[in-house]
Amino acid sequence: MRDLPHTEAQIAAMLAAIGAPSVEALFEVIPEAARFRGTLDLPAPLSEPELRRTLQQLGRRNTVAGADDGPLPFIGAGLPRHAIPAAVDGLAARGEFATAYTPYQAEVSQGTLAAIFEFQTIVCELFATDYANASMYDGASATAEALLMARRLTGRPRALLAAGLHPEYLQTCRSYLSGLGDEVALEALPSNAQGGTDLDALQAQLGADVACLVVQTPSFFGVLEDLAPLAAAAHAHGALLVAVCTEPLALGLLQAPGRAGADIVVGEGLGLAGPPSCGGPGVGLFGASGAKALRQLPGRLVGETVDVHGRTGYVLTLSTREQHIRRAKATSNICTNHALIALRFTIHLALLGRQGLRRLAALNLAKTVYAQRAITALPGFSPRFAAPFFNEFAVRVPGGDAAALVSHASRQHGIVPGVALGRFDDRERDTLLIGISELHRREDLDRLVAALHEATR
Amino acid sequence: MSQPLSGLLHHERPIFAYSSPGRTGASLPACDVPAVDAQTLWPAALLRDQAPALPEVSEPQVVRHYTRLSQWNMSIDTAMYPLGSCTMKYNPRLADWAASLPAFAELHPYQPEDQLQGALQVLHELEGMLAALGGFARVTLQPAAGAHGELCGLMMIRAYHADRRQQRRKVLIPDTAHGTNPATCTLNGFTAVELPTSGEHGVLEPDTVSAALDDEVAALMITNPSTLGLFETHIVEIAERVHRAGGLVYMDGANFNAVMGKLRPGDIGVDAMHFNLHKTFATPHGGGGPGAGPVGVTAALEPFLPIPTVERAGDRLRLDYDRPRSIGRLRSFWGNFLVLLRAYVYLREHGAAGLSRVSELAVLNANYLRVQLRELLHVPHPQHCMHEVVASDRDLRPLGLSTIDLAKRLIDYGFHPPTVYFPLVVPGALMVEPTESETPETLDAFVAAVRAIVDEARTSPDLLRSAPHLAGIGRLDEARAARKPRLRYQPDADDPR
Repeated sequence: MRDLPHTEAQIAAMLAAIGAPSVEALFEVIPEAARFRGTLDLPAPLSEPELRRTLQQLGRRNTVAGADDGPLPFIGAGLPRHAIPAAVDGLAARGEFATAYTPYQAEVSQGTLAAIFEFQTIVCELFATDYANASMYDGASATAEALLMARRLTGRPRALLAAGLHPEYLQTCRSYLSGLGDEVALEALPSNAQGGTDLDALQAQLGADVACLVVQTPSFFGVLEDLAPLAAAAHAHGALLVAVCTEPLALGLLQAPGRAGADIVVGEGLGLAGPPSCGGPGVGLFGASGAKALRQLPGRLVGETVDVHGRTGYVLTLSTREQHIRRAKATSNICTNHALIALRFTIHLALLGRQGLRRLAALNLAKTVYAQRAITALPGFSPRFAAPFFNEFAVRVPGGDAAALVSHASRQHGIVPGVALGRFDDRERDTLLIGISELHRREDLDRLVAALHEATR
Repeated sequence: MSQPLSGLLHHERPIFAYSSPGRTGASLPACDVPAVDAQTLWPAALLRDQAPALPEVSEPQVVRHYTRLSQWNMSIDTAMYPLGSCTMKYNPRLADWAASLPAFAELHPYQPEDQLQGALQVLHELEGMLAALGGFARVTLQPAAGAHGELCGLMMIRAYHADRRQQRRKVLIPDTAHGTNPATCTLNGFTAVELPTSGEHGVLEPDTVSAALDDEVAALMITNPSTLGLFETHIVEIAERVHRAGGLVYMDGANFNAVMGKLRPGDIGVDAMHFNLHKTFATPHGGGGPGAGPVGVTAALEPFLPIPTVERAGDRLRLDYDRPRSIGRLRSFWGNFLVLLRAYVYLREHGAAGLSRVSELAVLNANYLRVQLRELLHVPHPQHCMHEVVASDRDLRPLGLSTIDLAKRLIDYGFHPPTVYFPLVVPGALMVEPTESETPETLDAFVAAVRAIVDEARTSPDLLRSAPHLAGIGRLDEARAARKPRLRYQPDADDPR
């Protein structure tokens, strides 16, 4: 094995130094009743050339849309696809970043620490929050942790979830809260006709036992929510507003959740950090505002300080919130986070910069509006919601079976036109969620429109 | 003494300090559809009123900045990195190559399943390999990290008891456990009950467990080998006693690198265990993650696995979301797929004999360090160890020195320090895990460095106290960072410096 450097002579010398007769003797501490004496049922080992071939064969069993210059899938649904500059891949692949671990020893981890400090700053800027942590696993677990933090801050058990929250985020919140007692309740709020949160329904649910309202914007359906009135309603009852953003690119144009009154803002950053990666690893973004929030944040924080010579440097800080110090009283159990994807996010946002972010957002909006207008002009297609959207929108399809339409378009036209929402909610079987980005050329959009037209004629 | 870690030490400012208004490193396609104006499309309340203060820099500036930052790091690729409990072994390049293939990286998990058969096959085979290694019926690949796996395991254990109309709220945890174990209990509404291991042998005694067992105990959480680097020799009897009392056994698999092919937890009474793919199966640690924490379970816990699972249906694989007794999900999508793929590559390259050899050499390396370190430092359990050895600063303290001084001085000798002050049961602990991929020559150099530092502790203790000297930055003031938290860049305060 090429990663195992020991020669037989070295092994013999090491055993002699240890005073053990054999390597096997080192395992005699394991009682015989616990020993495994069989043969592990694993495939035979492969050399690099063989393994490369195997992986390429496996890869060929996947369909990478766009590989033949056809349109990329029109899928976002919490994981939008954007162009990732080669510089991001090249820098993040550097072994000094990729093969280091948690920067417990600050003096030999300044690179990772400085990058996380920049990441925290960028998340604060995007979300307009006072603080941001060093990352969470993904947007869904970050949302669940935000909900738990809101419970700690308010001492209240209930949470109200807007209808536009990603269904898998909702499921994640349910699981995270499952053990925390019978009084815990997650109430799903209905949406209004526009696709936003119904303010009357919200008012009816708000009360002294509500810790927070959780609202995603752009919503799972692409709908933009005006957070300010929702924040005001929540705050009037002493509840917090948790905003969720799975498409941070929107924040190039969209009002920052923190400016609109959100107390905790979480999101998923993979769309701007890397390819869809079959769903992971992504990066959970976590920001919060307010004096009380700092001590209740989950996860790691990097802070600036000075060394013995007065030079600026960075360290992990406020660790008394964390599991390795506080154990059962920690704010979360998270230890390993998603630092390398956070680094990719940081590098891409640095490349885009203030102007690039806004221009890229505008480009996404223009393409989406173009596609949405053309598709909703097709016979039988209609917008599911009337509210403004960013780079994703839901349409009702003629015939009522969006899954069949996806299947037909991908087989007959090599185009995946979106996600059929029946997979999440049986009542939405006639709804197709279409995600657009700057990676879709006009000709791709025209082909999408033509395919949808042909498939439903 | 060795050379500084990097020939040229830059003092690199935060990327924001290089900004110039109007500059950008973006390369955007021209707009080939009619332009629209958000200001006319959207109500005013939706429009951003203050642009985020992102850096305004060119691509060359970005490349130079992050390349310089990278050179401020120690990593496995540059040095021995013996962080105990973290299993900092070599990360094979082939696995990174696989993860960069568009045929995997460009997949969206919501593409139709017939377009994802290769990816599903990777998951299906990986589950099978991990199940074989652990002796489990099924493995969920969903958890993103070890602590996430613990959470998943405890949720399944809760569901198992609830299924039997039992509400058990206590989880027994030895005092050697990682902090994540008790934190996970709290996160999921369990009460952690700490069990002492402070006997002469450093292991958990069956009678200690029995004394704590009652009908409120949902599970025992045990790390084996323990964080003392010791095998929990009573594991079989302990598991039997827990089961007799109606509880289950959860094993923290952080130290599984010591026992591959030597024991299978599922065979000896462990009901659930997480694997740390970034430790045992060599996926890069990424400066703090991402990892992956798949959880293996026995047949009794299978109904409670998170959704979705990957199931065979004829010659196809499909995702099964229809599992009525499932605990639900702990995250979006299916898991950290590209991490799972890297672990798949590692497992396929090594095979059964290779993995056993990995554990043998990891244990050999640790024992080789043990017999030499015990001549230089106090080693509380000097007779044997598994994959890591724990020393302490007991003999340094009379000199006015402690673990942190030794650790920081190791940096000057070109080594990443071991894990310090953990496990908590050993005051001033120094936890050294060399892993199998370090050569004996490197281990000798490490021991020589410790020997030199122990000598310095007597002759010139200030060298330790003021270390590191060659890292490009001196010892950092952690108390100041916590007292006056500065957690983001602020232009006026940070620039110029």
